[in-house]
Amino acid sequence: MILEAFTDRYVYFMTVALLIIGLYGMLGKRNLLKKLIGMIVFQTAVFLFFIEGATKFFIENGTKLRGSVPVIDPQLGTDPALYVNPLPHVLILTAIVVSVATTGVALALLLTIHRGYQSLDEKVILERMRQ
Amino acid sequence: MKWLSLFILGLVMALLIYAETDLPDRGDPEAPANQHVSPLYLERTVEDTHTPNAVTSVLADYRGYDTLGETVVIFTAGIACVLILMRRRSDDNQIRKPNS
Amino acid sequence: MITRYESPIVEVVCRVIVPFVQVFALYVITHGHYGPGGGFQGGVILAASFLLLRLCLGGELAHQKLPPRLAIALGAFGVLLYGLTGLVPMMAGGQYLDYGHLPIPGVSGAELRYVGILIVEIGIAFGVLGIMVGIFDNLVERQS
Repeated sequence: MILEAFTDRYVYFMTVALLIIGLYGMLGKRNLLKKLIGMIVFQTAVFLFFIEGATKFFIENGTKLRGSVPVIDPQLGTDPALYVNPLPHVLILTAIVVSVATTGVALALLLTIHRGYQSLDEKVILERMRQ
Repeated sequence: MKWLSLFILGLVMALLIYAETDLPDRGDPEAPANQHVSPLYLERTVEDTHTPNAVTSVLADYRGYDTLGETVVIFTAGIACVLILMRRRSDDNQIRKPNS
Repeated sequence: MITRYESPIVEVVCRVIVPFVQVFALYVITHGHYGPGGGFQGGVILAASFLLLRLCLGGELAHQKLPPRLAIALGAFGVLLYGLTGLVPMMAGGQYLDYGHLPIPGVSGAELRYVGILIVEIGIAFGVLGIMVGIFDNLVERQS
């Protein structure tokens, strides 16, 4: 009983764990590059959450089966219950590419900061900014 | 500072786990996310666009405007990357040295 | 500017693999209607082939294959192709991005939407290819 409840919902706990790891990277680390890595982990947690939300189970002859990929198969027909939800896949497909591009911008900013202050450590940068 | 960030992390974790209790079970076909328009996309994709892949038809046809926005965002990010680094290269000599 | 990696193994493997990667990328772009694939994935695979060239052959040789300025121009061209494909049905009496009104002779109805999706996917692929290569080129350039 408890095990069944866990298999139904363990994905959410994994997502929460990843979100917290990413948030820790952003809050607890002083190096800007490590903050960026934390941000990427945070983003990935959101992606995984969406993709997991697309799963659909259906029951056939008493057994629980997974939905198929959202490509309409002529043999299966167009019953929406047999396929997973295509909408989260679309949203995340674009979001992944956008995240790569924004990571590029973040890296460019980090390069500029390192060029100006010879360091990526928050405290050192603040100290050198005051000089 | 360290304790403050740990406190914030604990708070966020408690909030997320509390919010988790409201989410539907994994793979539930009756979940709200699987109800509204996504069955329509799967039913109509072949007759509307002759495209068996529902992801492609939603991406480029039903929600083409959204994808256009995403493409513009990617393009803007690329241009921003070019511009940020271009400025660094041109005024290389005037950049402030930290110990001078 | 990245330098050439002096190793015959790396160079030969790179030269052999790159054409196959590019053909596979074209397959992924055009097969997006029937299976996993589409503009975003195919564009990234195509960009990966050019990045492999840059990593293995070094900047000078690889920039002859795809100059950094041309990469950004390709990205702009892709976004422009997408936007204009949306604009053409508007001229023909439809709404923005309504591929059912594309003025292509001999095709009608759902087939027209099929063609519209294909054009848009090619635009996305160009955009993603150009931007990925452009970001890489700008990030690796040594401060000179």
